[in-house]
Amino acid sequence: MITKNVSNVSMALEGVSSNMTLMLGGFGLCGIPENAIAELARLGITGITCISNNAGVDDFGLGLLLQKKQIKKMISSYVGENAEFERQMLSGELEVELIPQGTLAERCRAAQVGIPAFYTPAGYGTEVAQGKEIRDFKGKPHLFEHAFEADFSIIKAWKGDTAGNLIFKATARNFNAPMAGAGKVCVAEVEELVPAGELDPNQIHIPGIFVQRIFQGEVFEKRIEQRTITQK
Amino acid sequence: MALDKNGIAKRIAQEVKNGYYVNLGIGIPTLVANFVQDDLDVEFQSENGILGMGPFPFEGEEDANLINAGKQTITALAGASYFDSSLSFGMIRGKHVDLTILGAMEVAENGDIANWKIPGKMVKGMGGAMDLVASAENIIVAMQHTNRAGESKLLKRCSLPITGVNCVKKIVTDLACIEVTKDGFLLLERAPGVSVETIKKATAGALIVPTDVPEMVL
Repeated sequence: MITKNVSNVSMALEGVSSNMTLMLGGFGLCGIPENAIAELARLGITGITCISNNAGVDDFGLGLLLQKKQIKKMISSYVGENAEFERQMLSGELEVELIPQGTLAERCRAAQVGIPAFYTPAGYGTEVAQGKEIRDFKGKPHLFEHAFEADFSIIKAWKGDTAGNLIFKATARNFNAPMAGAGKVCVAEVEELVPAGELDPNQIHIPGIFVQRIFQGEVFEKRIEQRTITQK
Repeated sequence: MALDKNGIAKRIAQEVKNGYYVNLGIGIPTLVANFVQDDLDVEFQSENGILGMGPFPFEGEEDANLINAGKQTITALAGASYFDSSLSFGMIRGKHVDLTILGAMEVAENGDIANWKIPGKMVKGMGGAMDLVASAENIIVAMQHTNRAGESKLLKRCSLPITGVNCVKKIVTDLACIEVTKDGFLLLERAPGVSVETIKKATAGALIVPTDVPEMVL
């Protein structure tokens, strides 16, 4: 049996260095690889290009890397839930490329499954279409979009086993699933790591073949961005 | 009297039919869920990966793993399912979602919509809006008829950077319910007590006014 488990986050991120392109899973703060992000902050590497749907908040998620000016460029669909991000973007320190969310997800999935490029109608007629090939299918214009290329994809799952198989919880699956195996090396952090054989193969969301390294995170804060409740 | 946000949501809820899968945008569209008739079987999709989205949880039952596209804590109803972002936009792009309701800064008489960027102001991004408007076949916009400066948001051409072309089918504002046709904005209904004259004045794009324009029934 092939095993993918490593004992801690620093082993999981071995080889990550400055000026790399990293994919990071999560939607808002939901399902972000928080242990790996904390380690990236500790490592202090710089010049990172981040492919991530969002950019965290001031003191959590990718906001931690922004605070330390480790990020050179963000490739996202929606950003700016934090003041430091806005400051760096407006001052020109931080480069930002905004991409429609479905296109972002599909460019991850394309990288995951070996499709070099695809056509999508999203963004036709808008500034997103500038400089892109346009082709009509059934009379409707589509933009030509390429698969992402990343050095590492860093994702988070609920449960995983030593073979690298992953199970996600609720809407924390989001970008974590299509980013699995989408980078040259895929690192998965899980809340609970179990020996191979303990997870039901019927329930696996992402097979271990897409994952190179898996580890159990030490702490999961799992912060909530907008706590909304119904009064009883 | 012009409608408030709940009034707009209430009118749009009448467009939700039995068996519909519906994607609701942030803001007024979110309120629509509160007014959908109880006897209809409808499922709400949130593009971050849930079908069968329910109301906000009771205090103490919030789950950081379970949020909507506005990053608010939610619940899942019986029959709900979770999926990843790629499959979620596959549902949208693949036209499996029956109705999309979203807000807008401007709508043009040809159905163009602008709702993501104001030049010179902090740009936060389009999120899933461009994917939604490019693929959805049934798009209703919920918005105020005029902006804070009193200027019309229903224009001949959008002045702001657009989100998508020729896509809006219907608009419900505080003043009126309007269909987007190939000849321009067709006035379908007036908000209760609002005159055709008021709507005309507040609409910069071509407005087609039939001889009889009924009041909305809310």
